Amino acid sequence: MTNERLLEIYRFLLLNRLFDERLQKLYRQGKVVGGLYASTGQEAISVGSALTLQPGDFIGPMIRNVGSLLVRGVDPKDVIRQYMARATSPTGGRDGNLHFGDITKGIIGPISMLGSQIPVLAGVALGMKLRGRPNVALVYTGDGGMSMGDFHEGMNFAAVMKAPLVVILENNGYAYSTPTTRQMTVSSLADRAPAYGLERITIDGNDVLQVYDTVGAAVAKARAGGGPSMIECMTFRMRGHAEHDDMAYVPKEELEQWRAKDPILRFECVLVERAVADAAECDRIKESIRHQLEADFDSVDTEPFPDGSSCLGGVYA
Amino acid sequence: MPEITYLEAIRQGIWEELDRDSNVVMLGEDIGGYGGAFRVSSGMIDHFGTGRIIETPICESGFTGAAIGLSFMGYRPIVEMQFIDFISCAFSMITNFAAKLRYRWGASVPIVVRGPSGAGVRGGPFHSQSVEMFFAHTPGLKIVVPATAADAKGLIKASIRDPDPVIYLEHKYLYRRIKENVPPGDWTVPIGKAAVRRTGRDLSVITYGAMVHVALEAAGLLEKEDISMEVLDLRTLLPLDRESILATVRHTNKVFVLHEDTRTCGIAGEIAAIINEEAFEDLDGPVLRVTAPDTPVPYSPPLEEFFLPKVSDVVAVARKLVAY
Repeated sequence: MTNERLLEIYRFLLLNRLFDERLQKLYRQGKVVGGLYASTGQEAISVGSALTLQPGDFIGPMIRNVGSLLVRGVDPKDVIRQYMARATSPTGGRDGNLHFGDITKGIIGPISMLGSQIPVLAGVALGMKLRGRPNVALVYTGDGGMSMGDFHEGMNFAAVMKAPLVVILENNGYAYSTPTTRQMTVSSLADRAPAYGLERITIDGNDVLQVYDTVGAAVAKARAGGGPSMIECMTFRMRGHAEHDDMAYVPKEELEQWRAKDPILRFECVLVERAVADAAECDRIKESIRHQLEADFDSVDTEPFPDGSSCLGGVYA
Repeated sequence: MPEITYLEAIRQGIWEELDRDSNVVMLGEDIGGYGGAFRVSSGMIDHFGTGRIIETPICESGFTGAAIGLSFMGYRPIVEMQFIDFISCAFSMITNFAAKLRYRWGASVPIVVRGPSGAGVRGGPFHSQSVEMFFAHTPGLKIVVPATAADAKGLIKASIRDPDPVIYLEHKYLYRRIKENVPPGDWTVPIGKAAVRRTGRDLSVITYGAMVHVALEAAGLLEKEDISMEVLDLRTLLPLDRESILATVRHTNKVFVLHEDTRTCGIAGEIAAIINEEAFEDLDGPVLRVTAPDTPVPYSPPLEEFFLPKVSDVVAVARKLVAY
């Protein structure tokens, strides 16, 4: 991998992390409307997977995949607008957070019902196959979403149709407050793969290069007509389900164990080892991203809320 | 003009749209070589191929979700529910995913979810339901309920061409029981427009689906008693054709609503409310209802016959209203 590519990965990891941190500050200031769903600790999965895609590919993110959106060209200001419920947001304030999409960018926004993205992106993938386009749909779910019936229906459908669908299973330890051990009796999410005729794949989701390589191989396989894959990425949710949640249910030692495996710190070690960037260069990149984000947040804060009556209309064509 | 059944009209409409627009595809269970449980897709897979007639595993939510995904890729999917009762397995996909997309971020979801609806064929509680009101409370959806062969064809074509999600409820009792002359050529029946099936001067019955035929039979009997009953066939339940509803009220001044669906929160309640709000001064009597009782659809013939509104029920209510 070229140094430029490594630095691109680093910039997106940082953008994801610093964006979330800035949103957390905004939340504490009372300027986020509703909940804030941070991806802190899980950035390597969003960034490493989305960077494997090409123009014409689609993604179906979950609530924590802001990194994937940023990689796929979404303006950070649009996500801020969503969280601040402004008239200028992609939904005009009609919905919040990552609940928006843009077909021209290949982004299918999620709804709150977990698992439902799997059948929808399976349909997108089937459409690509029927149209003979060499494209792939990448969709995310987690240890919680996998308990839903829609996960099974969509996965089975994609497998039967041999659709070019790559499913990322983020095993972040908890579905809200319920640990994975009480979501399922199998020891690994990947144990379910054989039920769809697929290979069991589990990787270190906090190692961005491993995510990039593994997802890249699955995407290449799907693109070549080899059908779907599912990849379990081991990670940990370092914040509560949403910012209101102090996650008192997570043992401190578990959190500390995972803090030591922070995906960004680990990747900085790679950059230093490979002499791509030293600590000073890393700090310089951080500062420049922070600076840009400050400008973005300040600018969105001046934008208006929607007019109440704009709730009408747009229900039908 | 060729005479065809209601079922054949649906099949022809779908066939013509598949032929006209290569973006039209159909998904469902057993719709390939078997031709679908009621043979609506008979012969289609041989003519259009497996890329257009997509036979799926048993997963109503799964293939409805896939249809939404296909629509993002420019397709216009028709989703067949083998029996419309199974649509409840796809409830969240339809009401949360499909119905709210345009409102939330402007995405068009031109899908049609269709299937055999209604009772009268001894189908029991899970093969006889009227599901319209599960969905009529969801902004973003359209619901059509053809009662004639011509409407079955014209409305399926309009539904396929519509840019929003449409639930198309075909009444299985009518499939092979009605046969009509259906004009050839490329025409559609507009969604959202009711039709007066019989004009009358003494009172009006507002109805839809298989009950249109019950109403027409009752109107024929009432005529012998010199009672002239107008029959308004709604054809679309969402959006309701308010103008036609109000026009019939203003014409006869006495109205009742007839539906096969159960009573509480059936569309009759909504229609009575609209009339109350917008045409109260035009009424010479209360807006009455003839509906199924608030029970599941029972199986045994005497039970099902008791459950369904009958011509005699309609005649009795009409007499009562005329005498009011």
